[in-house]
Amino acid sequence: MPQMNIIQSVNSALDIILEKDSEVCIFGQDVGYFGGVFRCTDGLQAKYGKHRVFDTPLSEGGILSTAIGMGINGLRPVAEIQFSDYIFPAFDQITNELAKLRYRSGGEYWAPVTVRTPCGGGIRGGHYHSQSPEAYFTHTPGLKVVMPSNPYDTKGLLITSIEDDDPVIFFEPKRLYNGPFDGDHKKAALKWDTHPKGEVPEDYYSIPLGQASIERAGSKVTVLTYGTMVHVAREAAESSGIDAEIIDLRSLVPLDIDTIQASVEKTGRCVIVHEAPRTSGFGGELSAQVQELCFYHLEAPIVRVTGWDTPFPHSLEWHYFPSQERVIEAMKKVVED
Amino acid sequence: MSKKKTLYVPDAPFRPGEKPDFKNLNLPKAGEAEKPDIMVNPTEIRDLAFSLVRVLDDKHKATGSWNPKLKPSVLKEGLRHMTLLRIFDNRMLTMHRQGKLSFYMKSLGEEAVAISQGMALRPDDILFPSYRQPGLQFVRGRDLVDMICHCITNVKDNVKGRQMPVHYSWKEGNLVSISSPVGTQFPQAVGCAMASAYKGEDNVSISWIGDGTAAEGDFHHAINFASVYQAPVILNVVNNQWAISTHKNISSGGSTFAARGIAYDIPSIRVDGNDFLALYSVTSWAAERARKGGGPTFIEVFTYRGEAHSTSDDPTRYRPKDEWKSWPLGDPIERLKEHLIGMGEWSKTDQTKLEKELDALVIKSYKEAEKFGTLAEGPWASEETLFEDVYKKPPRHLRKQRQELGI
Repeated sequence: MPQMNIIQSVNSALDIILEKDSEVCIFGQDVGYFGGVFRCTDGLQAKYGKHRVFDTPLSEGGILSTAIGMGINGLRPVAEIQFSDYIFPAFDQITNELAKLRYRSGGEYWAPVTVRTPCGGGIRGGHYHSQSPEAYFTHTPGLKVVMPSNPYDTKGLLITSIEDDDPVIFFEPKRLYNGPFDGDHKKAALKWDTHPKGEVPEDYYSIPLGQASIERAGSKVTVLTYGTMVHVAREAAESSGIDAEIIDLRSLVPLDIDTIQASVEKTGRCVIVHEAPRTSGFGGELSAQVQELCFYHLEAPIVRVTGWDTPFPHSLEWHYFPSQERVIEAMKKVVED
Repeated sequence: MSKKKTLYVPDAPFRPGEKPDFKNLNLPKAGEAEKPDIMVNPTEIRDLAFSLVRVLDDKHKATGSWNPKLKPSVLKEGLRHMTLLRIFDNRMLTMHRQGKLSFYMKSLGEEAVAISQGMALRPDDILFPSYRQPGLQFVRGRDLVDMICHCITNVKDNVKGRQMPVHYSWKEGNLVSISSPVGTQFPQAVGCAMASAYKGEDNVSISWIGDGTAAEGDFHHAINFASVYQAPVILNVVNNQWAISTHKNISSGGSTFAARGIAYDIPSIRVDGNDFLALYSVTSWAAERARKGGGPTFIEVFTYRGEAHSTSDDPTRYRPKDEWKSWPLGDPIERLKEHLIGMGEWSKTDQTKLEKELDALVIKSYKEAEKFGTLAEGPWASEETLFEDVYKKPPRHLRKQRQELGI
């Protein structure tokens, strides 16, 4: 089976879906001739033609609004927003239009748009190339929200997202594009070429939305996480020797609450880890749901490890980025409590 | 077999491996566009949106009614700033390659834009640049060491290491903090100008965006509010042909960018962006009009992005390698230099001497800046600054988070 990084697995998913469904078209800034600033659409315009993979003006609102119109008229658009930090000019079109179209038309109209957008920090990008804005979208009924953590999941989840008739915001943690990253920036960068989840079938396959993946089985504490933090949490468990069960949520909406509940009932303890700021972050929602379902199984208060409630800094990036140490400290706290 | 009809998608005129040929630009001659009265009715000068204000002709002589007739000392100052910018850019790129900067963006081919325009303004005029007008700071006398401290993100970076390099902010020079999301500053400049009018002050605001950014909604917000409130603002679209890999043919349908201003009934002027004199003249005209209560002016600065978008970009993948060399409007530094030589005010030796002097100045400034640390090795702004300036005073939850981090 070929080894792919996440860039290649995105490219492979798009290639397959373009081949399979003539109604799929891909567009965004720099995605056509150039193949995307992260190279995710490399070669696709040459293979499928300019009308199927095309460059757009620099206009996120324009990209999303026309995607909706195309979706209404039978196409299946895959729009790229170059960095999720730049998604906000399209916020109205996503949250008021794309998300609500099916509901407000009594089910008559919908637009099966997938928005691909790189997110997250760890690349010295400062606050405009590092944000994790997923909670704005999980808070909007009508949207599905996905964030994979490895090449295998990325391909399967992206294919499902594009084939889904509901709109999906598909976040790609850019620090993971070329290799798993466990939060230790001083260590030489790892590649996906030896990672088991870097093995990606060349052919079509799909992974359902709303199914979490148990990244590491354990008995002492449940760690709920997604995106880059899956690798940080995993390494934190390995290096500390704390027998943590690491759950990679993969999709935030819909959420696999059954897997979460079963794990927390087993361990009796829960830590939540994400890169986004704490206040009103998705961790707040997870914490509430765990408390509602597992209150009588919990042996310690739930602890969140998140980005601080500040913009994502440039020089102090590693003071902001949730570290293995912070995850270990949180796991110890709930285990010993 | 007939080709199946499908969606039209535009393309760049030339791609890698092709020979760029700009003959079809149909450039008007220098001196051809007429300079109107300051308070002219915009409907009378619609032709200026389709023409091109050029003062320096192909032999580097100044000609026509737009000639600002600047003193040689002013021209020499402009040449000095532009030469400094090119040397500064090259040095920063070298330091990026050595891992001292996380990122950089050069202004190659566009040195005249902000420098000439900045020189045509007053120090109290308020600047809302994009990331490709750093030369404004030279015009207003910013300490090079301070600029470099920002670029290498050390402890003396005045924005406390919060932004990527070239996202300057400089309150003393009336240069408003630069944002990565493109175009956001354009309507903000209009609001700033509305405030000057509100307060009865006669300073103007000025902003620059690129041809690509003119596709953002903020473009419309800016130009519409400017028109509605007759704000004393100068709005520039620097049409350098490329927005990363997006050629302006993909950014915008229609004719010229300047033509868009006509619909808003704003004086709209297209100017040769590689012509120091033309830029100076058009900007002075717009500033004087705004100060006299004539409201906004919209300027399309016609130029070419000589370098990559940024250090993260590789333009050889999407455009001919030496396309800039074929650009018919030349190199702004060469043109001003040749103009001064033609006037008997400058020589090739003077230029070589100047370049040497400025190169030494930049190296000296870099060494001085490095004493305050680098991004790779620190020292950076202290850890507690992470929690400062989120609000005027840190609220309780941020104070608690600071304690969690152990500081």
